[in-house]
Amino acid sequence: MTLRITTALVGALAFASSAMAADDTIKIGVLHSLSGTMAISETTLKDTMMLLIEEQNAKGGILGKQLEAVVVDPASDWPLFAEKARELLTVEEVDVMFGCWTSVSRKSVLPVIEELNGLLFYPVQYEGEESSKNVFYTGAAPNQQAIPATDYYLEELGVEKFALLGTDYVYPRTTNNILESYLKGKGIADEDIFVNYTPFGHSDWSKIVADVVALGADGKKVGVISTINGDANIGFYKELAAAGISADDIPVVAFSVGEEELSGLDTTNLVGHLAAWNYFQSAESEANDAFIEAWKAKMGEERVTNDPMEATFIGFNMWVNAVEQAGTTDVDSVRSAMWGQEYPNLTGGTAVMGTNHHLSKPVLIGEITDDGQFDIISQTAEVPGDAWTDFLPESAVLTSDWKDLDCGMYNTATSTCVQTLSNY
Amino acid sequence: MTRLLTLAFAALMLCVSLATAQDSPMQTLLQEHRALIEKSSRQTIEPAIVALRDSGLPQAQLVMEKWQAKELWQRKSDNLFFFAEKVDSKTWRLTGIDDGQAAGEFAKKELKQLKPNSGVRSMIGAALVQFQLMSDDPAKRIEALDAIQRDLAPEQLPALEGAIDGETDPQILDRKVRLVRLLTIPYGRTEDERVAAINSLSGDLGVDARAALNPLVATTRDAVAGAVPEGTNVAALLKPGSATFSNEEAYALLVARDLAPARVSAADRREALQQNIEGGKVGGVPVAQLDTDAARERAYLGLVAEGKAPATATEAEMSVALASHVFFDRFADPNPAITDAATDTLKSINLKVGVNQVLDLTLDAMSLASIYFLAAIGLAITFGVMGVINMAHGEFIMMGAYTGYVVQQIIPDYTISILVALPLAFAVTFAAGVAMERLVIRWLYNRPLETLLATFGISIALQQLAKNIFGTQARPLTSPGWLDGALVLNDVVSISYIRIAIFVLALIFLGVFLFIMKRTRLGLEVRAVTQNPRMASSMGINPDRINMLTFGLGSGIAGIAGVAIGLYAKVTSELGSDYIVQSFMTVVVGGVGNIWGTLLGATMIGFLQKGIEWFNPSNTLAAQTYMIIFIIIFIQFRPRGIIALKGRAAGD
Amino acid sequence: MTGTFLSRNPSVLIFIACLAAFTLAVTLMSEAAGSELISTSFVKTLGKTLCLCLVAIAMDLVWGFAGILSLGHFAFFGVGGYMIGMWLMYARTEAIVATSLANAEIPPTDQEIIDAIGTQIFGVVGSSDFPPIWSFADSLTLQLLMVVLVPGLLALVFGWLAFRSRVTGVYLSILTQAMTLALALYLFQNDSGLRGNNGLSGLQNIPGAEGIPQATISVWFFWASAVALGLGYVLSAWVVSGKFGSVIRGIRDDEARVRFLGYSVEGYKLFIFTLTAVIAAIAGALYYPQAGIINPAEIAPIASIYLAVWVAIGGRGRLYGAVIGAALVSLLSTWFTGGQVPSIPLGVYTIVWVDWWQVLLGISFVLVTLFAPRGIGGLFDYFSGNRAPNRHGRDLGPDAGSLREQEAEQ
Repeated sequence: MTLRITTALVGALAFASSAMAADDTIKIGVLHSLSGTMAISETTLKDTMMLLIEEQNAKGGILGKQLEAVVVDPASDWPLFAEKARELLTVEEVDVMFGCWTSVSRKSVLPVIEELNGLLFYPVQYEGEESSKNVFYTGAAPNQQAIPATDYYLEELGVEKFALLGTDYVYPRTTNNILESYLKGKGIADEDIFVNYTPFGHSDWSKIVADVVALGADGKKVGVISTINGDANIGFYKELAAAGISADDIPVVAFSVGEEELSGLDTTNLVGHLAAWNYFQSAESEANDAFIEAWKAKMGEERVTNDPMEATFIGFNMWVNAVEQAGTTDVDSVRSAMWGQEYPNLTGGTAVMGTNHHLSKPVLIGEITDDGQFDIISQTAEVPGDAWTDFLPESAVLTSDWKDLDCGMYNTATSTCVQTLSNY
Repeated sequence: MTRLLTLAFAALMLCVSLATAQDSPMQTLLQEHRALIEKSSRQTIEPAIVALRDSGLPQAQLVMEKWQAKELWQRKSDNLFFFAEKVDSKTWRLTGIDDGQAAGEFAKKELKQLKPNSGVRSMIGAALVQFQLMSDDPAKRIEALDAIQRDLAPEQLPALEGAIDGETDPQILDRKVRLVRLLTIPYGRTEDERVAAINSLSGDLGVDARAALNPLVATTRDAVAGAVPEGTNVAALLKPGSATFSNEEAYALLVARDLAPARVSAADRREALQQNIEGGKVGGVPVAQLDTDAARERAYLGLVAEGKAPATATEAEMSVALASHVFFDRFADPNPAITDAATDTLKSINLKVGVNQVLDLTLDAMSLASIYFLAAIGLAITFGVMGVINMAHGEFIMMGAYTGYVVQQIIPDYTISILVALPLAFAVTFAAGVAMERLVIRWLYNRPLETLLATFGISIALQQLAKNIFGTQARPLTSPGWLDGALVLNDVVSISYIRIAIFVLALIFLGVFLFIMKRTRLGLEVRAVTQNPRMASSMGINPDRINMLTFGLGSGIAGIAGVAIGLYAKVTSELGSDYIVQSFMTVVVGGVGNIWGTLLGATMIGFLQKGIEWFNPSNTLAAQTYMIIFIIIFIQFRPRGIIALKGRAAGD
Repeated sequence: MTGTFLSRNPSVLIFIACLAAFTLAVTLMSEAAGSELISTSFVKTLGKTLCLCLVAIAMDLVWGFAGILSLGHFAFFGVGGYMIGMWLMYARTEAIVATSLANAEIPPTDQEIIDAIGTQIFGVVGSSDFPPIWSFADSLTLQLLMVVLVPGLLALVFGWLAFRSRVTGVYLSILTQAMTLALALYLFQNDSGLRGNNGLSGLQNIPGAEGIPQATISVWFFWASAVALGLGYVLSAWVVSGKFGSVIRGIRDDEARVRFLGYSVEGYKLFIFTLTAVIAAIAGALYYPQAGIINPAEIAPIASIYLAVWVAIGGRGRLYGAVIGAALVSLLSTWFTGGQVPSIPLGVYTIVWVDWWQVLLGISFVLVTLFAPRGIGGLFDYFSGNRAPNRHGRDLGPDAGSLREQEAEQ
């Protein structure tokens, strides 16, 4: 009997002390798929978060508390994202979450974090048309990636005919819609825009590549804008290389191909094709050198860095600074502190968080080199992210300002707030 | 130490003097255009390139070539330009652009590389043409021709014509002659010359030929009041209200040409109403009632009557406007003789292109069929002959692909590594297959549905194992150099060598399969065991051993298929699951137990998919959906597949 | 009759009692009841698990009792979810749009409201027009009817075609798998009008219940799921208990013999196939409002295979087996992927369960099929001493059914 009481006591003590320990840490939820189809991209971001948290803890944490990562695996299963997010917020009671990659996973999480007033940092380039009170978007909006790349095509390469190739899901669909409307505004005729959608993981590209080559038959310069996602790119670029399409004849600019994707490819035949991002590993700055060094030391010499990693890096550091400024991890205070928050980019220059929860970042265009890296040939000044694109009639009238208007979907034509929660 | 300093000082002085002195004209020229060169935009760079080209300096060609190749650097301290050469990752060695003298080694931080984008590079290329066209180096001459072709410009025509004489290389000569023709079509001096050039391209399949002809016959739609003006090269007169040209389109064209007033759209009307709300009423209609189109129409008419909004064109006005104008398509080239010739030539080309497109599609379909066949042939053995549902078949394909990847990590030579990888992949998956048969499947021969579940379990375990071992990133499996590129018959028909290799491999395996089944003792025993195990065992055949070997063989072939598929697509842990359902359907559609059936099944699926893709080129996903639906319906009518086994061999 | 039904199926009473006790316990421990013992997210997980148990019962009916290994029942589950999801999305968006447009200076026309809803729902996928399949989305009644009708009709047509041409065994399995794949690929297309890969989301926000916290809503759905599961269990037990049950078991064990006895085998199979499809659809319609989002990936063929695996692990041919299998495997899966399971350090290598859970699951399928063909349900036989009569030869498991080794090999 005594024994039993003692055990119970010890147990209770252990419980209490663990609860105490939990009070002394700041919990960060990491919501990236570690299994399933998206693991290929998202695992890297989980590792990035672990690296950043480790470094921050080595610096003494935040507000004198250590950071504790709570890693869950939503397994590329979209409903599971919502479930895990709820678990993180209510059971683990995390102070902030970093996570999601695909738009559908973000849309799955949105209602939960808006209901529970959580905080999510979303580090991937996306299609825009959204601004949630509870999400900070540190990846590129279309005007920070797609539009500048298209301008580059029009102005620098003189492309007159566009092939928009994409995987069949939201990001390519919306981006291509925006681009179509933008190109028409630039005087490109309907028949000079060829659109094709392929399934995830598509591997049989010969016909599509042949179709693209045939577009050149009316004497106009053809350019390909690719929103092809994930491993489907490997087959696409292999077919492109086999068909001997040189970047000088038919350039391909990709929005979803970074260093990570190229590591699965032999790039000797792809030299000169393009990608548009806000970051390339080859960017020259001391901060970038230090980041790459830390990453390689942790993960291995052959690993590369990419744009969503930089977005995670900026997002994390901005959050750290915002928490320190606010003196608390309370979501509402941190949100106010985030507005106007500045942090140096890894590419030089400074990223600024706007009141529409999007970052100002420079747009970089790089040419693929034979060692699987990108040669940066164009870098703009910082472009503020636009939540609602100006190139679609329905969203041109919308704007987002959480600071003054307290609305993420504000109709400037009727001067009303359409809704404060997001549409998912 | 002092000497070193002096030297450094001297070097610096030298540089400075080089820049300022008159004996460095190229540097001076570049400095003059420094702002443009640094900005490096196609829109603004032209004066700099022209100045370089026309400078008459001996180094002009070299500087432009280096610039184009991104080998021109700038020193940050004094903005001078140099050629640079890499010493190691942090240091670069500079060379003066005028004298070719070494200018010392510098840290990368102190330098800036000029990175002309591909638009600027092609402009430099065009400027280089005059230097390269007569070059002794055939590679340079080809570069010049590429540059001309990329951007056909009238001034290149005489230069190119001058370069035809004295060309020794027959291939380059051919290209020059062809390019002259392509240039003559738009820029020829006389009409006859141009027509002759156009006619000479009759039946030519090159994309460049069509690219030269199509702009001539491109049409623009136009409308004028009264009759078509003299001297217009009319392609077709259009009648509003016809199937291809509706009244709305016609009227929109008139509006766009400012020949008719615009109609007020629903959005404009709403806008107008909104701006004219007065005391809760618009145009005499209360605002609260404006929730129907009819009410808004009334309100708008009220506004028009008050003169507060522009009147919208009525139907009657529209038809009057349409009747008083002519609508026509106008050719881009004003000369009817040229456009007639171009139209005729294009007609002959397009017919030929159509035929060749069908041929290309057929090749694509055959290639896809061979990939499906290769993926399914192992299954044709394990499922078709033995009746074992092996859901882990896809994972055997994946294991083969990863074997190829591992071998390439060890043996760097791609040719040898592939030659090693093929048998090794067979060995690995053969062993895996035998192990699986011994440990799991042989206990389940009487329970086919449970084999499905057990092998599915193995499948997900293997997939996750692959993830744990190789990570989730796609791994490179690179084909040897001789499989790079494509067999190009013409600009329409081409097929990559890797696909041809897969096709050949599929044929080889068909042969191997037939040989083993029909000509060897093993084949005989396999057939005996599958037809009647008891009878076979009483004939002295050991069914256990045969089952084991057959299963191993099927798995081994899957492994080799994996190497081939990895070469053409990607190597990930999900590689296998992409093919498993298709493979099963291939076998089932073809008819179980017959390799010819599998072949037919793969062919049918391949051709069907490409056929549907052809009808609906913008949505590949739809093609896959409809193909599967077709297969489902097909199986309703031929439940045992294309080639159904008859009699005793059919089993149940 | 009821008496005999219950006395012949004692498991029904036990099951209902267990379910009721479980429901009560969860309700009392939920946040809605003021207790903090079970979080809302876990109530949702449990509610979803009950739905999965229901679809597992359907799978058990069609496979364990009628011997049709359908690899397509999760497709019906998903279609059910889509049908209810359409109404949930439409009604929620309509409410938002109505409030937003009410502030406009000019009152909106009906067409403008519909256009605005379309833009809200389809703007995400770059469109704004309502496809025809959304015609009934404004009416809850019609859409609820569609939950039953659409999957039912799909199953009826597909089953009729398949059974008529006597596609059986593994061929039927592969055919149902093809159907699932075709459906998933179709829904993946944006042109299908159901928002492509994004699917329908935000389904946890019930229109008209905006002010009610999720803690309460989750309990409501938990109750609804429990009731549906209870009813489904009783219905299934009733279906398999009488003469009808004997016939379908007969079809499972030897289709040809039943046919020669004069029964319309196709009719029986078609009935059971359609009935289970409807049950699956109802389960789906209850599941997705709790999950919050439905998209084509849910329908992928692998989901249906998992369903079969749950039933196999739980034990085929007994309804409680299916329930146990589904509950156990799906809850374990949640636990392992949640990252809360402690890693096992082995010195040179640490087993992280997020990485190794799938391997463990895969191996356990193999072990269960090899060594425990009766699944976990077999344990009940073991404890209740309910042994099969000691006939000669090895037991071949439910597929070869009543056949013994000697018979089967002939």
